[in-house]
Amino acid sequence: MSARGKISGKPPNPFASGRSLNHWSNRLFTLVVWVIGICTVLFICGLLFLILQKGLPKLEWSFLFGLPSEIEEGGGIGPTLFNSVYVLVISLVISIPLGMAAGIYLAEFAPDNKFIAFVRICVEGLASVPSIIFGLFGIAIFVEAFQIGLTILGGAVSLAFLNLPVLTRVTEEAIRAVPPEMKNASFALGGTHLQTIRRVLIPVALNSIITGICLVAGRAFGESAVIILTAGVTTSGEMWDFSLFSPGETLAVHLWYVQSEAIVPDATDIAEKAAAVLVFAVLLINVIFRVPLWLNSRKTRT
Amino acid sequence: MGTLIDIGKLHLYYGAFHALKNVSMDIPEKAITAFIGPSGCGKSTLLRTLNRMNDMIPGTRIEGRIAVGGTDIYSKEVDVETLRKKVGMVFQQPNPFPKSIYDNVAYGPRLHGIRSKGQLDEIVETSLRSAVLWDEVKDHLKRSALSLSGGQQQRLCIARALAVNPDILLMDEATSALDPISTLKIEELAQELKDRYTIVMVTHNMHQAARVSNQTVFFLNGEVVEYSDTEKLFSNPRDQRTEDYISGRFG
Repeated sequence: MSARGKISGKPPNPFASGRSLNHWSNRLFTLVVWVIGICTVLFICGLLFLILQKGLPKLEWSFLFGLPSEIEEGGGIGPTLFNSVYVLVISLVISIPLGMAAGIYLAEFAPDNKFIAFVRICVEGLASVPSIIFGLFGIAIFVEAFQIGLTILGGAVSLAFLNLPVLTRVTEEAIRAVPPEMKNASFALGGTHLQTIRRVLIPVALNSIITGICLVAGRAFGESAVIILTAGVTTSGEMWDFSLFSPGETLAVHLWYVQSEAIVPDATDIAEKAAAVLVFAVLLINVIFRVPLWLNSRKTRT
Repeated sequence: MGTLIDIGKLHLYYGAFHALKNVSMDIPEKAITAFIGPSGCGKSTLLRTLNRMNDMIPGTRIEGRIAVGGTDIYSKEVDVETLRKKVGMVFQQPNPFPKSIYDNVAYGPRLHGIRSKGQLDEIVETSLRSAVLWDEVKDHLKRSALSLSGGQQQRLCIARALAVNPDILLMDEATSALDPISTLKIEELAQELKDRYTIVMVTHNMHQAARVSNQTVFFLNGEVVEYSDTEKLFSNPRDQRTEDYISGRFG
């Protein structure tokens, strides 16, 4: 540190800032991080605003729950919105239990050997496979092997396959991140492995697991490639059609369809409104999954 | 003072490492026994064999005998969960669950099938009173256990261990992460509890062993060097190595 005392006899300040290279690079780095952070947030907010502002003001109930139209103006998105939610729920009902079970197995029970290491690499690889591959897989099973055509069931199961690796990874990581001291505390009180998993590991890991489920649900809700290949680009044309074997065009697919294939005059209008609904629905899914967590953390704090 | 834990010719291996060598001792009932010795001497390992927490470390092998109240705890008929219910443990770092104070204490009883609210309330209160924590927390049992101070958390962990009604309480360096005042409180608590429980504690702190315990065992390199009444061990050690250790010449 350079002493910068004046000649006037005042003792030099021993803690004067050195203004060294470290000092400046630290400042510069902080500035860069702030700027990038603000830009990213602004960009995301802008994007959200753009999509919602184009679509939301024009939304009506008749659009949300109305039947789509092939030729005339004014078609709705009712069946496709319903299919989106229906397919999502079925795929989550399949993938959450399986993914969590596989993740818990890998974290808690799997032996530490080469085969399991290989399985882990496979799961990680599957998590980054393009979704269209899962669509082709769905065709091979449901359309070719089972000959049931393009159905909601096929779409939902294929989506579940798409999400399974991610859920497995997320659960495994979340369970592993629970401090071993907590596990030991439960064992030392005479807890069995199952009790420890159910009452300590899962509750402590739940926050991370739910974050993973939100990611996966958002992705599944917006997924189009898998659905086009396995559930098709048409609906049964009826509202509230719970049949698993109906064709299952979802909102995301419909958005692509009206933008690129449809001949209705108000296609752009429909696309804008559908996009806004899609984004809004994904935000809603996140909120819905987080409310129980939020309530729970409030309960233990007071 | 009868013998409660009887250890005979015990050898323990972690893979190829011979961690405990021919350990034999009788641990008396309703008294405090302290294990002292330098790091890595096997004292914590021996403690963890008493509630079979070592079972979870892969590659652990045991020869010899450990009997609690006359029953060999490593025999096939012994149910590990029941054993751990009878042999409670408090760890080095306070490790409450991220749940409420109430749910922490009620965790053990709930594991073992107690559901009734009235019964749980009673167990929670008795256990917290035994751990001298009741007066500090009785008005906010619903608050998160993580909001307590380190010393309070450790007393909560003791209350949690007492809630399943054990006979033996193992304390694995239970005060080493705490400040002196909290340490003193835990030591006083141990003194109170020894009328009802058999306490075995591992400590790095020789003064703590001298202050609190009735019996002291000195370990070195996996062997028991000396085992006797605390007063005798500290005032008149039989072995030269014990004398070197307690006078601070090594360790």
